[in-house]
Amino acid sequence: MGILEVKNVGKRFGGLQALNDVNLSVAENSVHAIIGPNGAGKSTLLNCFVGKLIPDTGSVMFDGQSVLGRKPYEINQMGISRVFQTPEIFADLTVMENMMIPCFAKRDGAFRMHAIESIPNEKDIIAKAEHMLEDMNLSDHRDMHAASMSRGDKRRLEIAMCLAQDPRLLLLDEPTAGMARADTNNTIDLLKRIKDERDITIAIIEHDMHVVFSLAERITVLAQGTPLVEDTPDNIKGHPKVREAYLGETQTAA
Amino acid sequence: MFGLNKRDTGLIAIVTVLVILAPFILNPFPEGSAMAQFNAGYPDLMQRFVIFGIFAIGFNLLFGLTGYLSFGHAAFLGVGSYGAIWMLKLFSLNVIPSIIMGVIVAGIFALAVGFVSLRRSGIYFSILTLAFAQMSYALAYSVLTPITGGETGLQIKSTDSPLLSNLEPGEIGRASLFGLDMRSSFEIEMGDWLFTFNTGYYLAGIVMILAFYLAIRITRSPFGMMLRAIKSNQQRLNYTGLNARPYTLAVFVISGMYAGLAGGLMVAMDTQVGPERMFWTASGEVVLMTILGGAGTLIGPVLGAGFIKYMENIISKINKGILEQWFAFMPDGIEDLLITLVYPFVGKGWHLTLGLMFMAVVIFLPGGLVEGGQRIGRVFRRRDRKSEHAEADAAKQRNTPAE
Ligand SMILES: Nc1ncnc2c1ncn2[C@@H]1O[C@H](COP(=O)(O)OP(=O)(O)O)[C@@H](O)[C@H]1O
Ligand SMILES: [Mg+2]
Repeated sequence: MGILEVKNVGKRFGGLQALNDVNLSVAENSVHAIIGPNGAGKSTLLNCFVGKLIPDTGSVMFDGQSVLGRKPYEINQMGISRVFQTPEIFADLTVMENMMIPCFAKRDGAFRMHAIESIPNEKDIIAKAEHMLEDMNLSDHRDMHAASMSRGDKRRLEIAMCLAQDPRLLLLDEPTAGMARADTNNTIDLLKRIKDERDITIAIIEHDMHVVFSLAERITVLAQGTPLVEDTPDNIKGHPKVREAYLGETQTAA
Repeated sequence: MFGLNKRDTGLIAIVTVLVILAPFILNPFPEGSAMAQFNAGYPDLMQRFVIFGIFAIGFNLLFGLTGYLSFGHAAFLGVGSYGAIWMLKLFSLNVIPSIIMGVIVAGIFALAVGFVSLRRSGIYFSILTLAFAQMSYALAYSVLTPITGGETGLQIKSTDSPLLSNLEPGEIGRASLFGLDMRSSFEIEMGDWLFTFNTGYYLAGIVMILAFYLAIRITRSPFGMMLRAIKSNQQRLNYTGLNARPYTLAVFVISGMYAGLAGGLMVAMDTQVGPERMFWTASGEVVLMTILGGAGTLIGPVLGAGFIKYMENIISKINKGILEQWFAFMPDGIEDLLITLVYPFVGKGWHLTLGLMFMAVVIFLPGGLVEGGQRIGRVFRRRDRKSEHAEADAAKQRNTPAE
């Protein structure tokens, strides 16, 4: 049994069958990549995991519990954190404040009426947030407004915010999209380090094959809302169906 | 001090001094002089400054921090007023239980309104709150007349005999604080100046300082940070395991309680209520105060409230006769021209002046009067730095030996 078990998931948008009978099992403490051409339904699938969408059919179980019908914040509190395709951070808050919010969410749960307490007295939260900033090389930006950071820094901040919650499952939606080569390589190194240092399962959607083959232990290929194959990176590279549907597109055309 | 950082302590110290010295500060012109028109140091108006200050501080906790724009906040003020006057009529002429009742009633009402309205955000939230407020207004006018007194409203009558007071039969009760009559004043004459110190004003002023202090604490707390996070990116908040709804509901209720506090204080001052207190224009006014002063800033709403109440009470009283008096020294033709030009902006036309100033602030100073103040401050600081630079340069030159 994987930490995430997806069974027979289907999702329809009007006339479009975006997901069709998707089965997927993500093993605990592994890095699982989901690849596929644009519009294959990768983001839609992720949305079904975090409560943004409810699939029409099938089930999504996290650690033996169904996530379907739960609110996004409840699913997050179960241990799933998500990094979005375009960085979602608190742009009007400082970097430090951005970092403290997930620390509060981890410590105090979905709601706590701490209206009279003063932030400087929250020593444990401050220590943890500062440690995370340090760890992610963001300390220099501590008191900056998050909006004024570069895109790469915003992405790192978002990942740091997710990690501050010590999630059991980290979902990443094209974390290197639109990044320069150097930034992409930094992100690969960062994710490798996260994987080595923590007991964490990572499910990553990625377009960049270099990223996928440097990180993933298993790969699922999605095409037109249906998984084509699921295998190890080596086998995926040589798989005829995959070459045809995805990797080999250009070669077939040539 | 008191759990505040240096800057906030400074801010509250300034507000405290201003509140205490208001009878002097607001009365800068000698009695009987042409400028006495602009004196605002009389009890009625000073009470309004601080009471609307409280109303706006509470409104700003909701709007300034979360960005949820309530267009029905006057309903909470009105409901608080009704609650407070019933306490005076039935229970005690002491204003403390009456004000507390105002806060409680408004809080409960805000809980109900917020529970429904906060299911939506943006313009739909605003319209829901507006609808609730207009319903309350209409009900107070009609069906609820037995509780609200309908169009005439409620006031303390000679037939009222509160439980805890021993009035002579036929005596009209007066609101008091442990025997101190709210309407009693103490006057000081200094040369041509007359300063009035009013009990009701000082009670309301102290309450405002406490309300301001509490608002600072809330703004600076983890709870306040969550509220700003809601305004910044509610999606990220949800996917960070935080439930926005109880946060918004909590601040909505707090904000409604501030409105109820203001409503209760109003009753403590003038012992009467009418439904017009809940009319939508009253809700719009607190929005104007907050934006004019600077939404999301600490002191902004207080400044905005003071500014609008000053305009309403001072500019609106300037009539043709006063203008003629001012411009009398001019040659006749110019005098008439000036009066014709200025007249539409004063007296009944004060709304026009207010509207123009509001537009100017929104367009040129989106951060309100507070931003205006900061800009002026920055200009001065830059000038200081420039002169420092100049001195430093001069010093350097002095130290470098001449070639
Ligand atoms: N909320 C939505 N409403 C309608 N159609 C959608 C919605 N979300 C995605 N789609 C469609 O579903 C298909 C899969 O989209 P998506 O999951 O974003 O693909 P990708 O694999 O590129 O992430 C696309 O054709 C897209 O247009
Ligand atoms: Mg996508």
